[in-house]
Amino acid sequence: MSTSDRITLEHGSGGALSRQLTEELIYPILKNEAYGELSDATAFEIQGRVFITTDTYVVDPPFFPGGDIGTLGVFGTCNDLAVCGARPRYLTMGLVLEEGFPTSDLKRVLESVRRAADRSRVQVITGDTKVVPSGKGGGIFMNTTGVGEALGNHLLSAKNIKSGDKVLISGPIGSHGLAILAAREGLKIAACLSSDCAALFPLCSALYSLGKDLRFMRDATRGGAAAVLNEAVGGNCECGLEILETAFPVPTAVAAASDLLGLNPMEIANEGVFIAMVAPAAADKAISLLRSFDTGREACQIGAVDSRYPGKVILETAVGGRRILDLPRGLLLPRIC
Amino acid sequence: MCLAVPMKIVKIDGAGKALVKQDDLETEVDLTLIEDPKVGDYVIIHAGYAINLLDLEEAQERLELFRAIEESG
Amino acid sequence: MSGFGHRLQASMSLKQILQDRRLAEPLLREIEKTAAEISRTVRIMEVCGTHTVAIRRSGIHSLLPENVLLISGPGCPVCVTPTSYIDNALQLLETTDTTVASFGDMLKVPGSDGRNLAGYMGGGRVRIVYSPAELLPIAESSSGSVVFLAIGFETTIPTVAAAFLQARRAGLSNLYLYTAFKTVPPALRALLSSPDRQLDGFLLPGHVSVIIGEQPYRFLEEPGGVAGVIAGFEPLDLLQGILAVLRQIARGEQRVENAYTRAVRAQGNPKAREIMSQVLEPADALWRGFGKIQASGLVLKGDYQEADAALHFCLPPLYNLEPPGCACAQVLQGRLPPTECPLFGSSCTPEAPIGPCMVSSEGTCAASFRYGGAVL
Repeated sequence: MSTSDRITLEHGSGGALSRQLTEELIYPILKNEAYGELSDATAFEIQGRVFITTDTYVVDPPFFPGGDIGTLGVFGTCNDLAVCGARPRYLTMGLVLEEGFPTSDLKRVLESVRRAADRSRVQVITGDTKVVPSGKGGGIFMNTTGVGEALGNHLLSAKNIKSGDKVLISGPIGSHGLAILAAREGLKIAACLSSDCAALFPLCSALYSLGKDLRFMRDATRGGAAAVLNEAVGGNCECGLEILETAFPVPTAVAAASDLLGLNPMEIANEGVFIAMVAPAAADKAISLLRSFDTGREACQIGAVDSRYPGKVILETAVGGRRILDLPRGLLLPRIC
Repeated sequence: MCLAVPMKIVKIDGAGKALVKQDDLETEVDLTLIEDPKVGDYVIIHAGYAINLLDLEEAQERLELFRAIEESG
Repeated sequence: MSGFGHRLQASMSLKQILQDRRLAEPLLREIEKTAAEISRTVRIMEVCGTHTVAIRRSGIHSLLPENVLLISGPGCPVCVTPTSYIDNALQLLETTDTTVASFGDMLKVPGSDGRNLAGYMGGGRVRIVYSPAELLPIAESSSGSVVFLAIGFETTIPTVAAAFLQARRAGLSNLYLYTAFKTVPPALRALLSSPDRQLDGFLLPGHVSVIIGEQPYRFLEEPGGVAGVIAGFEPLDLLQGILAVLRQIARGEQRVENAYTRAVRAQGNPKAREIMSQVLEPADALWRGFGKIQASGLVLKGDYQEADAALHFCLPPLYNLEPPGCACAQVLQGRLPPTECPLFGSSCTPEAPIGPCMVSSEGTCAASFRYGGAVL
């Protein structure tokens, strides 16, 4: 039996076609030494304290410049583990496919998953596939749950930050969200932009070697840098942040496209950038550690922790003014006004 | 109400559209609202249309004005 | 700073130059000096949502002397569109199989019952456009009608008019415009004629002025008027515009002045205006917060009326009905700062906006909320 061109409801029903899809398409692409055979559950071993995270990916469109839902499904979940100070090890993958989804697209996504997993040195060890009727899904949705091993005993948390700590960013902002927006809306303006989707573990692990001097890390995904900065100090009664607008690395194409669309690069999602807060004495070392990696070569300091406006993020603007950098609100939509 | 940015015309096609560029960013705009555009002109773009030419000489003069303020201050 | 070494290579360097703090400093000193000469409180109103946001984003409020107050007027076309316009658009979506196309700005605006157009995006019934030029392929590929939510001031209106003419020439008779266009000078007149107005000068909208030029503002020079300075949007443009208004006030002048000369010609853009007048003619318009302002709108004229969505789909006429307690009318007229509205920040927030000033990201209240007007 050869696999059909498009996914049908039968492929998710658990019967013969389901089995065929798994055995002949999905498993061959994903199988690895930890996933030796298809069974209801997979055994694995992991050392010490374990971190677990889950994320569901509904990105529209599923294919975009720089990656696809498969790339995101792996890097996104692994990065969530990495910024918590964990080495990602294993992933589960749950798929919800819409009836009519082209099988060749599924193959592309799975191959992306494989490539990203190999790059991240993680293994997909179990999964599930369901099919929903046409009109009930967005082509393909993916959930990945990731487990990782703690790099050490030091627990990273926004609660660790102290006045005087330095705020760092690992790389240039704005590419991913703009690439998605352009692909989804057919915006010709931002068509030359590409997602920055990347594995952050090597950079995070390098910073983790700073020990207690590393207070906190978070990847700047939905809501961009502005969201992470606000989440870090939101509700904090002692600490706020003072951030320098001109310090953010912004690719010139992102800056120009943001101007044109009325968007703020600080609010745009990234998939290969994280923010770290470190003790003042460790800032220089942290930056040089990050810069030793290709994805961290533009790492820099963007501000500091301060006690003047607890709970708030204050931005010093290019022209020398001061204003609040708020949590982004609502959907990212291009403006003409 | 009026987000508009300046970009440089790099190519004009026969159908009233132009390719404009700003650093690494290229986009297509409509020139219907402009008189006599030429490749190399800077135009102000709003909602996919060029709404006027940017007068670089004027821009330069105004910057000189800033300098005058600065020097007299 | 010794020696001003910036030469104009390309307009990107221009943008960086116009944000340069070293160049801002002498302007700020002059602003302080002039404000001190005037000594009393000066209220300068801008009437452009893009100015509202540009001012807030640049943090200029934190740099100005205490006696210089920047006030936001009715500058956001989304904010001054009556809620019933959204209700009518939603009704179109529910009772017909029309596709509605819109600028992104309108998607989150709540109608009378709190629903907005964004909910229809996933199903393809609502299409966001960045440019009116995108209406042509949308109309071409639609078997049914396409209604464009045609809002905007004079910067945007010519772009819609141009696209509309192109569509007509291409024989796309399924494209309709639901017009809610508004023009700025009549709103300025309405602001000036308000009995308890407290206005000392206007920062005039730079890109509207690109189209209309200086002449439509001349009435500001008559008795009862105030100084008006056409200003650009980069931080140095804003500071320069503010300084120009202050200087006029200090010298007892009352002129229309152009401080955005790199973009605005005295005669504006006659070609753009000509294209507008081919398609549109003035009509009275209903402004949220203001009520009806005479001859402040533009509607399809002559044979083009067959593409008027309100006529073709028999849409109910627009009306204003403000939520109880909402003070937007006063805020839009610059008579009340956002922070003094009793609903501000409590029941009215950007996530759950009650009135128009909080709805749009360019609305006075939204800008004040987001950029920390009360805190810094």
